[in-house]
Amino acid sequence: MFNYNFRWAQALNSLPRMLEGALVTLEVALLSMVIGIAIAILLTLFRLSGSRILGAIAATWVEIARNTPALFQIYMVHFGLGGFGIHLSPYLSLLIGIAFNNAGYLSENFRGALKGIPDTQTRSARSLGMTPLQAFRHVVMPQMLRISFLPMTNQMVWAILMTSLGTVVAMNTDLYGVTSDLNARTFRTFELFAIAAVIFYLITKTVTLSARLLAARLFRY
Amino acid sequence: MFFDTALSTNDLIFLARGAGMTLIVTAISVFFGTVMGIVFGVFRYQVGPWWAAPLTFVLDIFRSIPLLIQLVLANAFVTTVLGWRVSGFTVACGVLSLYTAAYCAEIVRGGIEAVPPTLRRAARSLGMSWGQDMTSVVMPLAARIALPSWIGLALGVMKDSALVYVVQVVELLKSAQILITRLQEPLFLLIVCGSFYFLISFPIARFGGYLERKWSRD
Repeated sequence: MFNYNFRWAQALNSLPRMLEGALVTLEVALLSMVIGIAIAILLTLFRLSGSRILGAIAATWVEIARNTPALFQIYMVHFGLGGFGIHLSPYLSLLIGIAFNNAGYLSENFRGALKGIPDTQTRSARSLGMTPLQAFRHVVMPQMLRISFLPMTNQMVWAILMTSLGTVVAMNTDLYGVTSDLNARTFRTFELFAIAAVIFYLITKTVTLSARLLAARLFRY
Repeated sequence: MFFDTALSTNDLIFLARGAGMTLIVTAISVFFGTVMGIVFGVFRYQVGPWWAAPLTFVLDIFRSIPLLIQLVLANAFVTTVLGWRVSGFTVACGVLSLYTAAYCAEIVRGGIEAVPPTLRRAARSLGMSWGQDMTSVVMPLAARIALPSWIGLALGVMKDSALVYVVQVVELLKSAQILITRLQEPLFLLIVCGSFYFLISFPIARFGGYLERKWSRD
């Protein structure tokens, strides 16, 4: 049918190396999510603090993260910071770039979730003698994280897909990097990237399905 | 100093061309993607989840695989497997259109589902045909619900179009990259390039948010 000799066997030989790359991809995505959630909570606190400067910092972060390409952000971390004499490894640049992006989007999700939590709860927590931080930590935050659980899994999927952008900073241990390295050596572009695509598909599906099961288990009332 | 740059007028034109390419690729992909997305979305809603399952599966693939891999795969498939002589620009627009369509179909379906079924039954009982019901009852209502998400999608496609460099299309970020390699002024060029994305995306995103707030009130 096609004028092209598929060599799946040859490409499948490198499957173990690609699976190792997939582990690195997952690791970067998970770490970037943990860092992203931590920063997003901090940014949410900044916004709630009522301080104008802290609010402006949070708003700037969110708008830059949401209104420029993720590729640009990763590029900026690697080469932009390089302009200041800060040279990071590809792995760190990618991780920081994705975490920066995650934090911006998640903070916006958290803001949406906060709208669903009545102010009266904070006020009653305060009248019980809690400090503002205690009220946030024990009353508001658990609900906020619960409401934004699904958007968070979406962001996790995005983070997994974004790891492929590490290629611009010469990251070569993640799934995409390993695949393009193999491709440079064997030129079986279609076969190799088709396998990578299947692996990516399986990873994202596993993550979304397990998140859904987890949500059903955690949020039973 | 910061503004002490080796950037010449020619380089600026080169950057502007890149920006133009970004906008063209985005416009083409959003246009075709939206048309396809509306068709897919209406189809999915109309035939029900079982019959639409194959389409749902295919569209889901576009949302579960990195765009970078989609572009590389499509390019390899078209040029080496099929052996067609197709420019990277065409491949980029094709892939981005399908990518847009995959997301747009979801938005369209959500918009249609948000129209109360009783309203549609009322329209049909008045003697309207399916087409009339769709165009004069469902479309105006669904468009209101879908527009803010659609604006978000269009902006997302603009940002994702930065990835088409992988099929040899020189768009904004790639042209900045080429200049960085030559001029060795990464910070300045990146800020110029990032501001361009920001200045287009930010006002439109704000407008989308404004529409969403305004329409959710009444």
